[in-house]
Amino acid sequence: MTLPTATELPIGAVVTEPGSTRRNITAGWRALRPVIHDDRCVRCQLCWMYCPEGTIVELKGVFKVGNRTYDTKYEINYDYCKGCGICANECPTKAIEMVPE
Amino acid sequence: MKVYYKTLKDLPREELFAPGHRMCAGCGAAIAMRWITKTIGPNAIIANATGCVEVTTTPYPETAWMHPYIHVAFENSAAVASGVEAAIKALRRKGLWDAGDTKVVVIAGDGGTYDIGLQSLSGMLERRHGVLYILYDNEAYMNTGIQRSGSTPKFSWTTTTPVGTAVRGKIQWKKDIMGIVMAHRVPYAATASISHILDMVNKIKTALEYTSEGPTFLHIFAPCVPGWRYPENKTVEVARLAVETGYFPLYEWDHGKLKLNPPSNAHLDKSKRKPLKEYLKLQGRFAHLTDEEIAELEKELDAYWEYLGKLAQL
Repeated sequence: MTLPTATELPIGAVVTEPGSTRRNITAGWRALRPVIHDDRCVRCQLCWMYCPEGTIVELKGVFKVGNRTYDTKYEINYDYCKGCGICANECPTKAIEMVPE
Repeated sequence: MKVYYKTLKDLPREELFAPGHRMCAGCGAAIAMRWITKTIGPNAIIANATGCVEVTTTPYPETAWMHPYIHVAFENSAAVASGVEAAIKALRRKGLWDAGDTKVVVIAGDGGTYDIGLQSLSGMLERRHGVLYILYDNEAYMNTGIQRSGSTPKFSWTTTTPVGTAVRGKIQWKKDIMGIVMAHRVPYAATASISHILDMVNKIKTALEYTSEGPTFLHIFAPCVPGWRYPENKTVEVARLAVETGYFPLYEWDHGKLKLNPPSNAHLDKSKRKPLKEYLKLQGRFAHLTDEEIAELEKELDAYWEYLGKLAQL
């Protein structure tokens, strides 16, 4: 990463780009990786609600799992997941498993 | 509290808090920030006091915020927000404000509210600025290395209240910040916990709407992984146990009426509360507690509930 020089920076330490921490990939913080087993997921949204990073992504569409059909599906954005494991701890059906990286 | 979000399906979907910030894995305050930004919507200005959230979300030249955001100093976040709100009012009077109904929100930690920022908070509440003040409470100065604050509970270990034979963690009791705020006769003040998201977002929205009448205050309970010494996947569990054991009751002060919210409304009856030990044993900062010390904490908690029960009858 190349940082701007002192003369290129805006005056008064103003950051002009909103949400620019997205440049900082925090995947390297992770020791355990959460994996969602879609067949056990009942779409309760708890992992999406309690994720501190907002890395659980909600997909809309028609998803057939076995003989059930859902209109949402949850996936994990591994770029920013820090591997805290709150999702696996809160999951009521234990559909999220923490596996070593 | 008005119910704006009835079920989890109604919750706001748009993410307004960028990932990639440097908060710890499993941070309770990060969950609170995500839901605060989602609920207040894009048309808001955020003033932030120094604290964990400020340090970790704005590592120059980056920021995790997608709102207009200002940070000045530790002690004056409420004063800064007062100025922003007064400026918007003045511009609106002159017909120069075209951004609509812009809300002003303060986000401060327990150090910036209980100790250092108390005078500017009191000034803001007294001058009746239409600002929503949100306190996320992690019960110590966490980002500088876990020093005790006015919010740290009794017998809690911190680096400035070490545990030995003479001193058993913090000596003093936790300050009742809600009592101080309610004494200013604000239109709305409430407590919320990150474990009860629906309750929390409804309170944020209610408090935000009441800012047209005057200042509003929210006290959000946000556990801290390194400071409280528990495994990082237990954050929500710890917050939930704090509510279920009665340690952190959920209630709101709405125009002079105190109301306990579920599940705390059943907890006036002591038998409905889980034993306090269940909450304490999860955390390393309370690992040294003896049974007598737990009994002392329980006695104080019972007295607090008696006080709350009397307030609720007013």
